[in-house]
Amino acid sequence: MTTTAEQANGWEPRIVAFFCNWCTYTAADLAGVSRLRHAPNARIIRVMCSGRLDPQFVLDAFARGADGVLVGGCHPGDCHYMEGNYKALRRVRLLERMLDGMGIHRDRFRLEWISASEGEKVKTTINDMVARVRALGPLALPAKFADWDREMDELEHAVAAQTEDVHA
Amino acid sequence: MSYLYFPGCSLRSTGRAYEESILAVFRKLQIPLTELEDWNCCGATAYVSIDENRAFTLAARNLAIAERMQGNGGGDLMAPCSACYLVLEKTQHYMETDEGVKREVTTALHRGGLDYRGTTKVRHPLDILVNDIGIEKIARAVVHPMKGMNVACYYGCQVVRPFQTFDHAAYPTTMDRLVTALGGRSVDWPMKARCCGGSLTGTIQEAGLRLNRALLKEATARGANIILTCCPLCQHNLECYQKRINRRFGESLHMPIAYFTQFLGLALGIPPRELGIQRLFVPLPETDGKRKEVPAHA
Amino acid sequence: MPERNGHDAPRIGFYVCHCGHNIAGTVDVAAVAKFAATLPNVVVARDYKYMCSDPGQELITTDIREEKLNRIVVASCSPLLHEHTFRVATQKGGLNPFFFQMVNIRENVSWVNDDGKAATAKACDLVRAAVRRVAVHRALETKHVRIHPDVLIVGAGISGIHAALTLANAGKKVTLVEREPTIGGHMAMFDKTFPTLDCAACILTPKMSAVKNHPNITLWSYSEVTEVSGYVGNYTVKVKRKPRYVSEELCVGCMECIDACVYKEGKTPDEFNQGLSKRKPVYIPFPQATPQVVLIDPETCIEFKSGRCKKTCVEKCDRNAIDFKQKEEIREINVGAIILSTGFKTFDAKRIPYYGYGKFPNVYSSIEVERLVNASGPTSGELILRDGRRPKTVGIIHCVGSRDKNTNRWCSRTCCMYSLKLAHLLKEHSHAEVYNFYIDIRAAGKAYEEFYDKLLEENIHFIRGRVAEVTDWCARPEEKGKLIIRVEDTMIGVVRRVPVDMVVLAVGMEPNADAQDVRRMFNISCSTEGFFLERHPKLAPVDTFTDGIYIAGACQGPKDIPDSVAQAGAAAAQALSLIDAGEVELEPNTAYVVEEDCSGCKSCLAICPYSAISRDEAKQKAVINEALCKGCGTCVATCPSGAIRQNLFEDEQIFSEIRGLLEADEPILTGGEA
Repeated sequence: MTTTAEQANGWEPRIVAFFCNWCTYTAADLAGVSRLRHAPNARIIRVMCSGRLDPQFVLDAFARGADGVLVGGCHPGDCHYMEGNYKALRRVRLLERMLDGMGIHRDRFRLEWISASEGEKVKTTINDMVARVRALGPLALPAKFADWDREMDELEHAVAAQTEDVHA
Repeated sequence: MSYLYFPGCSLRSTGRAYEESILAVFRKLQIPLTELEDWNCCGATAYVSIDENRAFTLAARNLAIAERMQGNGGGDLMAPCSACYLVLEKTQHYMETDEGVKREVTTALHRGGLDYRGTTKVRHPLDILVNDIGIEKIARAVVHPMKGMNVACYYGCQVVRPFQTFDHAAYPTTMDRLVTALGGRSVDWPMKARCCGGSLTGTIQEAGLRLNRALLKEATARGANIILTCCPLCQHNLECYQKRINRRFGESLHMPIAYFTQFLGLALGIPPRELGIQRLFVPLPETDGKRKEVPAHA
Repeated sequence: MPERNGHDAPRIGFYVCHCGHNIAGTVDVAAVAKFAATLPNVVVARDYKYMCSDPGQELITTDIREEKLNRIVVASCSPLLHEHTFRVATQKGGLNPFFFQMVNIRENVSWVNDDGKAATAKACDLVRAAVRRVAVHRALETKHVRIHPDVLIVGAGISGIHAALTLANAGKKVTLVEREPTIGGHMAMFDKTFPTLDCAACILTPKMSAVKNHPNITLWSYSEVTEVSGYVGNYTVKVKRKPRYVSEELCVGCMECIDACVYKEGKTPDEFNQGLSKRKPVYIPFPQATPQVVLIDPETCIEFKSGRCKKTCVEKCDRNAIDFKQKEEIREINVGAIILSTGFKTFDAKRIPYYGYGKFPNVYSSIEVERLVNASGPTSGELILRDGRRPKTVGIIHCVGSRDKNTNRWCSRTCCMYSLKLAHLLKEHSHAEVYNFYIDIRAAGKAYEEFYDKLLEENIHFIRGRVAEVTDWCARPEEKGKLIIRVEDTMIGVVRRVPVDMVVLAVGMEPNADAQDVRRMFNISCSTEGFFLERHPKLAPVDTFTDGIYIAGACQGPKDIPDSVAQAGAAAAQALSLIDAGEVELEPNTAYVVEEDCSGCKSCLAICPYSAISRDEAKQKAVINEALCKGCGTCVATCPSGAIRQNLFEDEQIFSEIRGLLEADEPILTGGEA
């Protein structure tokens, strides 16, 4: 049913989206009600507030094979819980720097402020992000992890094989 | 900050006084101008009615040359004739918003060894003088306040519509503010951005005459003793058909029509001959005897 | 049936809804059900036409019993629509309702994707995520909060007044706050109302009086809300009562102080009369103002500006009601529900300079004309222009500021009807020739079209065309001294010049200038135009997304008096239903601290916007006050030890969801999985 994460024919970007209940998730519903068709690559996880976003969610998503992560919250000043989106913003900025350091391209991680009446913005944001991630190709971290694990295994065996003849 | 300068065809022919006065004023105010290399006709309003893509290519060539001269930073290109100004602005607008136009024009430009990036900003001298140089600086340079001049500022339609780049589409005030700073009195009249008919005075003259009659009559009725324009075709239309309008409609209109840069030049103390004042068909109003009037030609 | 608590291994029941054609038309629901059956812990997997229907819900309750299910997943529409429905079904089947997870494959999938293959694949990913998540759900109890029976209504125009009376008559205590010195709103300014041509004051003043006298209504006029805190059923509101410098208890509204004022005549533009007349520093907005109490404007009163006035007003008042030392007061109240009926403002016609408003003295806005034709207005109902003339011709321009990309895109709904009304009244008052310049005539209400017909018989001229400009340029001698309306008459295809003595601009309706500030204070949203946002445009037009706060009238969108009153009644009914239920269920998505994991680092304390987290100094641990917690989850993400968890949105649950979304190719992660 689902496509593989190999860079073969038919690879499709997989974006995990964390949308806040009051604004962005409602806007996504509005996009549905208004039949604003857009790319099918985003899978939405609903949280009550973008402030709930733990950076580990983002890292876990990438580690499990997401090619992009999108976070949606209310516009600054409009958070249903007053300030949650500001906290989310702070975490996102720090996370962006970390992801840069890990070699994950900026276009793969995106924070967008989308209010409850902006169904159109949900559509354009998802379409734009999918296009960018498609241009970058698959991130394929699980495959990379598998490679690195294999490498470590081989190294271990190689070292184990040498120990008899080598002095410290 | 040097401005690139696109004269356009009119300023080298019937609009000669406009160029003379612009160059004199910019020299006096020490604003550097560099003429655009190898510029070509902008196509005005005529070409675009025949073949849009070619018309835009013709205009875009000038923009491309400007970009080449300016380098990566981009810069300003001054187009005093309102028609040139609008054609260039429109070309930029379509290059940004219409994929088809962009494709055709860019292909054509490439064939000529040119490229288009959209980094040049098209400016009008009215905008540059009032907004870049500033009213205060100009007012300080005035040596001859234009007392006794009741000016009906006439903008025409092309410099404010449709993009309203630097002033309001129906009630512009840039020229009025300049006139006031120069010591003149700006007359409040409702026709300041009304059309002068453009080329209608040549093609369907009856329509052109009516439009200009309305403008001249209203300016006179509001107490103006001079109309200032910022476009060579407006200046020509308002100035050259007054006798014909008088004959045709039984009026007795007699209104001097000058370029705003000529007015500005006089206020700055530039000798009238350097401003092309002698080219006016209807002489400037007699106000204070101190200024030397140059007799008008018929 | 006792609720199961999920201690056993998960046994998941999965249901995918066709939703008629809405989902099944794009998503291969049968395939989704088949796929779900292959997922870990799924015992039952069905597809059904309408899951939210009674038989659909019965599938769930029956399967729970017969298949001994302890988790339910439904893939259908948005949880914002039916999560509650299916939780109830789950509970009916004997399970804790929070052992339920919903998958949105309609709004988020079938309605936004046409490609069936991609849509089905997406649906399957989402289903897998939900199956993983629901396996680690825990049993939760809904919180019940009591509802305070009192209500706050903000804005006392016709909507606020009607809602207040409805609630007060039902026995509820209402505090009605109005920022102007009088209630009545815009309706108090009108002369007659369409289509019946009822006198606005005649139908409004009895209601205003009823508000004043009702034992259950506390009217705070000349007051504003400054702070709102709390949650549904338990709001605490601070109201600022602005000083009138006149005692409301003592003043009887005789207005002798106004006559006695040292100012022989008014010098300040009268706000109620739209600046068409002048008032003194001591004034009353209009003679029938409610409360019937005068007030003093400190900006223009000599006593305030210099301290050296003769104070003839104080001399004259035999009730000793004037008190220059009066101070602003802050009052605090507790209410269970709030209704916002703050109304609208008219479009500022100066934004369209080519209509000449503010430039030509005889160009008026419609609201100014309402005052002109009103018998208690600045000219006692005589149609006298600013230059003293009486107009022989009048032009009424429709759609000023409305239906226009350059100003407001929307139609303001009332302008056509009030323009027709004004046309009728102007003609009646002056026998002038009246021209209406319109784009369409929108006469959609009861007896509205018939009213339009009547006008056609009164010899009022209708020209269809959007007016290009109002100018004083005359092209012909007979136009001298007149205002010329230039318009293309689109019915006959000619550009016309219509000379008139008076121009009336039918200005549109806009949100109030401070609508954004107000809505932030109450924690509701606005739509893109800036009007308050309703929860659902068809099914919940007076609710907002914030429980306990309702909206009514023009603040929700342009509308006329009948619709405003209807909405006010609806909002009152919603508030009544909340209050009479006595208590309300809150979703139990609050945060809690796992004490043994808390290191006492204090990172969470400042994070909570509701100050729900405090520190137990004795234990050196964080403590969360469940009553104050709103469930945003920010502290959960903040805690470096992971000691704070959120009910319904546990880390474990979200990580399971992420895993479920992406595990098509089972991840080969070493060292720990969620």
